[in-house]
Amino acid sequence: MSNLLKIAIRNLLRYKRRTLLTASLITVGVVFVLVFISVSSSFKNMMIGQITDSVIGHLQVHRKGYVASIENLPLNLNLKAGAAAKLENILNKQLEIESYSPRIKFGGMFSNFVETTNIRLNGIYPDKELKTVPLLASRVTDGKRVLDKGDIWIPELLAKGMKVKVGDTIVVVATNKDGSVNGKQFIVSGVLESVTGPGGRDGYIHIDDAMEVLRMEEMGISEIAIRLKDFGKLNSFSKKLDGLLSKELNQQDKPVFELHTWEKLSPFYNIARMIDVMTFFIKLMLIAIVLISIMNVMIMAVYERIREIGTIAAIGTLPGKILNMFVIEGFCLGIVGAVIGNVAGIVLIFILNTLKITFNFGQQQGLILQANVNPADIAAISVTVIIVSIIASLQPAFKASRMEPIKALRHV
Amino acid sequence: MSLIAAKGIDKEYQTGEAAVKALKGISFEIAPASFVSFIGPSGSGKTTLLNLIGCLDKPTKGKLEVADTDVLHLDRKQSALFRGNNIGFIFQDFNLLPVLTVYENIEYPLLMVQSAPASERKKRVTALLNAVGMIDQKDKYPDQISGGQKQRVAIARALVTNPKLVLADEPTANLDHKTAYMVIELMKKMRDEFRTTFIFSTHDQKIVGEAEIIFTLEDGNLLDRHVEGGKRNE
Repeated sequence: MSNLLKIAIRNLLRYKRRTLLTASLITVGVVFVLVFISVSSSFKNMMIGQITDSVIGHLQVHRKGYVASIENLPLNLNLKAGAAAKLENILNKQLEIESYSPRIKFGGMFSNFVETTNIRLNGIYPDKELKTVPLLASRVTDGKRVLDKGDIWIPELLAKGMKVKVGDTIVVVATNKDGSVNGKQFIVSGVLESVTGPGGRDGYIHIDDAMEVLRMEEMGISEIAIRLKDFGKLNSFSKKLDGLLSKELNQQDKPVFELHTWEKLSPFYNIARMIDVMTFFIKLMLIAIVLISIMNVMIMAVYERIREIGTIAAIGTLPGKILNMFVIEGFCLGIVGAVIGNVAGIVLIFILNTLKITFNFGQQQGLILQANVNPADIAAISVTVIIVSIIASLQPAFKASRMEPIKALRHV
Repeated sequence: MSLIAAKGIDKEYQTGEAAVKALKGISFEIAPASFVSFIGPSGSGKTTLLNLIGCLDKPTKGKLEVADTDVLHLDRKQSALFRGNNIGFIFQDFNLLPVLTVYENIEYPLLMVQSAPASERKKRVTALLNAVGMIDQKDKYPDQISGGQKQRVAIARALVTNPKLVLADEPTANLDHKTAYMVIELMKKMRDEFRTTFIFSTHDQKIVGEAEIIFTLEDGNLLDRHVEGGKRNE
């Protein structure tokens, strides 16, 4: 094999310019794909992180049927205390869970005593909520990052529109599930940066205040947001928890709970999917580049060396060895392209990160591009390039190995 | 006992719709360690006959045995193995591999065809480099040596596997007369040294006389078998 490799390398060096051009083409393809994958996956991960860590959490559990009516924030579909306790009991036993946060979600009227508008509010346990969606505190652009009873965090668009500042007193009026109206004064303790996606423009109050506004004698939970220790285990854990929750049945023998991952709750999952599809097509382009360039160069190599093929075949070289000789040439081209491409790609990604390129995502502006090189991506790209190089060499190599020595020797 | 035994060999080529008979019922025998030449004008069938003997092609009709093997029934792989173990080739255009040095070109059949161990390869290649007077040029590439030197390397490459038979199709066609004569002399010397049968084709009358047995071909027919000067008898 080492002798075949030596001959293959010397043959590649024999046509330096052509080899350089082909290897360069593969290199450019690898660099392009590596940089695209790094940037797009970083963007995707940032987007998912923003959505899950700011608002949604990794998973949410609701009472069955709640999500279908989530736009109305139906209080009558909240989990009753008993069901919520059962749910918390199940969640407490799951080692995969980092934290969870019960929420009471409701819609109300927001008044600064001059103007009134509508608002969507989340009643939360601040300590649990900040563990479950850790970016929530960083969204407080003005005010304090601690939410006490009697405080309210309001979205910045509302603050601007209603000309409300931190420290102002406002009133929240809401209708409870029985239809009676109640109001409560709050001190604006923080203004929240808006984030794109569901719940990105909600206000926050303490859960006890929410119960008071809604005149709840017994706590009714709208949802429980869950954060996992390892986001990579989302799907497996989701299946496991779904299995556990589906065993909890109501009096009609129907499931009490419904579980949704962030993917089902956020429309941005489709953007994430689109990025995956684009990445797939970019990879297909790389395959096409490698396939066509290597096949082209190997067809040329076989054509130019027909007499040599005839000579080695006449001498007694077996067809299999002739095939290997040409396949190894393609393999070497693939290796060179993959190695140089990966190194160049990593350098380019490092430069991109050094430049601290910023971009906007929905309402969030000035997010810094942090392209990460995933070793698995490098391995996948390298393996793909090498395999495609071998496949591309096969046809010309097979042709060379099947050549009749007598015809090959006559070739001019 | 014959090294080569051909009986009633026909070779027909299809060119378009017409069939061309390149060899017509040729029969001959060649003994081991002979120094044989096939002569005749262009198109007489010399190359076709050498190709058949060299298992590069198969006769349309007849019987051909080389080194006690019925070569008509060898498949592609068996033919390659047979050539690798029994036949050496010398080509008109030398056909050295340009990416290999002189040493590596000679070593190639031992390495890539016979997979001989390194010590044996070194021993045999060095012996042949000395025999053909190319030891000083062993690290040069084919494009760094002259035509005559290339043919010396080709002779060494043909002999390195210790074949029973070496076939040379017009080995001197691209050489000047002096070099051509030296090449033929070298081939003869190698025959004497290694007891290998050499068969070459030529239409160069000046070197024909160097052969010990001369077969004359014309229009696909074997016209004459001539033993030169009693230098060697079958």
